[in-house]
Amino acid sequence: MDVLDAEAGAKPDPRSVVYLDYQATTPTDPRVIEAMLPYFNERFGNPHSRSHPYGWRAEEAVEKARAEIAAIIGADPKEIVFTSGATESNNLALKGVARFYRDKKNHVITEVTEHKCVLDTCRHLEQEGFEVTYLPVQPNGLVDLDGLKAAIRDTTAIVSVMAANNEIGVLQPIREIGAICRERQVFFHTDAAQAVGKIPLDVNEMNIDLMSISAHKIYGPMGIGALYVRRRPRVRIVPLINGGGQERGMRSGTLATPLVVGFGEACRLAAAEMADEAKRLMALRQRLYEGLMKRVPCIYLNGDLEHRLPGNLNMSFAYVEGEGLMMGIKDLAVSSGSACTSASLEPSYVLRALGVAEELAHTSLRLGLGRFTTEEDIDHAIESIAREVGRLREMSPLWEMAQEGVDLKSIAWAEH
Amino acid sequence: MAYSDKVVDHYENPRNVGSLDKDSTNVGTGLVGAPACGDVMKLQILVNEQGIIEDAKFKTFGCGSAIASSSLVTEWVKGKTLEEAVSIKNTEIAQHLALPPVKIHCSVLAEDAIKAAVSDYRKKRVTKAAE
Repeated sequence: MDVLDAEAGAKPDPRSVVYLDYQATTPTDPRVIEAMLPYFNERFGNPHSRSHPYGWRAEEAVEKARAEIAAIIGADPKEIVFTSGATESNNLALKGVARFYRDKKNHVITEVTEHKCVLDTCRHLEQEGFEVTYLPVQPNGLVDLDGLKAAIRDTTAIVSVMAANNEIGVLQPIREIGAICRERQVFFHTDAAQAVGKIPLDVNEMNIDLMSISAHKIYGPMGIGALYVRRRPRVRIVPLINGGGQERGMRSGTLATPLVVGFGEACRLAAAEMADEAKRLMALRQRLYEGLMKRVPCIYLNGDLEHRLPGNLNMSFAYVEGEGLMMGIKDLAVSSGSACTSASLEPSYVLRALGVAEELAHTSLRLGLGRFTTEEDIDHAIESIAREVGRLREMSPLWEMAQEGVDLKSIAWAEH
Repeated sequence: MAYSDKVVDHYENPRNVGSLDKDSTNVGTGLVGAPACGDVMKLQILVNEQGIIEDAKFKTFGCGSAIASSSLVTEWVKGKTLEEAVSIKNTEIAQHLALPPVKIHCSVLAEDAIKAAVSDYRKKRVTKAAE
C-alpha cells in the first residue's frame, strides 16, 4: 500500500478499488493470519530441531498443517513436500522426474496454455536434450484427449496438464487424463495452483502422481506451496535444492513454520467452505456475466463456461483496447490479456491458443471473483465497465467503422 | 505502471474527439496502426484555402498513451501549416506526455497519423486540380 500511495498522487486509494483479480492473488484470510501469528515469536522453533520442545512444538504444527493440505487432495501427509510456491513445485515436478528417469525416458508432454513457469521449465528441459510435445487446445480451451493419447510414446516420462487455467479459468479433464496416463504407465503431473480449494480434487480417484499447490491463491500466505509426490506406485525425483535432506531429501532447507501453519489453515478453511463458496461465486459470476451481456453489445466470453472455475470470467470487449479500458475502470482491480500490460507486445498466448483473433485478444479483461466479493461489487463492476466501454467506443475508429458496416478485415492495415 | 498527469488528463478529457467529412476535398484523413497490434489511430484535418489546418479530429483504439498522443496532436496541428504539422516529431510528443520507453510506439503512431492525414489531403488536392 505504501508503494501505491507514494506513486499515487492523483491515484485512488486502493481501499476504494474493488478487487476483482483473485486469480492473481488472494488476501490472506484473517483466520489464517491469526493461526500464523504465534509461530513468529511465542511458539517459534526450528521444526527440524529434535533435541528440545521448541523444535517439537514447531514440528507438531508443521505436521498438523501437512495433514490439512494432504486431506484437501485426498493424499497421505507423507506425500506432501513443501516448496516456496507453485512455480518451484512445477520446476521440481518436471525437472525432478525428467532428470531421474532420463536413462530410459526422454519425452515430456504438456499443453500450450500452461502457466509460463511450466512452459519455461519445458524449454529448459529441451535445452538439456529432452523432447517436449506441446498439445494444442480446442477453441473452448480444453485439451483433446485423442491428441494426448496419440502423443504418448514409450519414451514419455511425464504428462503435465494444469487443472484450472489462470487466465480463462477452464478446467481440464484431469480425471480422464489421469486414467490415460495410468493405463499407459506415464506419470501425470497437474499444476493445481488455481484449482485446489476451489473444486473437489482427489489424487487417487483422478490418478494424479504429482500436483503443484500454492497457498496464496487460497487465502493463505505468499511464499509457500507444496508438491504432492505419490508414494505408491512411487514417483522418484531429483531435487533442485540440496542440503540437510529435509522433506525426505526432495527439498532441503528449514521449513518456514508460520507460512506452513498458514497454508494448512487456509486448506482447512477451503475444504470446509468450498461447496458453499463455489455456489455463491457461481451465482455472482452469473450476475456479472448476464449483467454485462445485457448492458454491453459485441462482447465475447473466452473459454468454456461450463468447465470453469466458479470465480473466473474472461471477456473480450470488441473495439476497445484492454489496457485503455483498465485505465478507465480505475475503481476496479482487474487484469487484461492485452499486449500493453506485459513487456512483450504480443497479446495473451492463452487466448491466441484458443484461436481468439489478435484484435479480440487485445480487448480482453480477466475478472476474478473470490471469498470477499459481494453482490454490490458485482453491480458496481457492471456499471463501471458498461460506462467506460461505451465512452471508449465513442472514441474508437473501429467501432465507428463497424457501425458504418465496414468489414475491418477488408482494410489493409499497416501492422507495426 | 503509473501514467503521467498529462496522459491521464488527455485520457479523461480527450480533446477533439470525432470525425470530419472524409469525402470533403478540404479534409485529409490518416488511419494508421492495426487492430491486431492493439492500436489504431484515425486523425483528420480540415485545411483552409491558405493551407492552414483549421480543425482536427481524432478517434483512437488503444491504450491510454495512444489516446493521449492522438488527442495531443489534434491540439498541436491546429493553426499550423501543413509543413509545420509534418515537422512534429514523435520525440516531442513522447517528451511532452512523459511516455515511458514501452509507450514510445504510441507517439510514433501519432506522428505517422499526421503524415498520413497530410498526405491524404495533398493527394486529394492534386486529383482536384487535375479535374
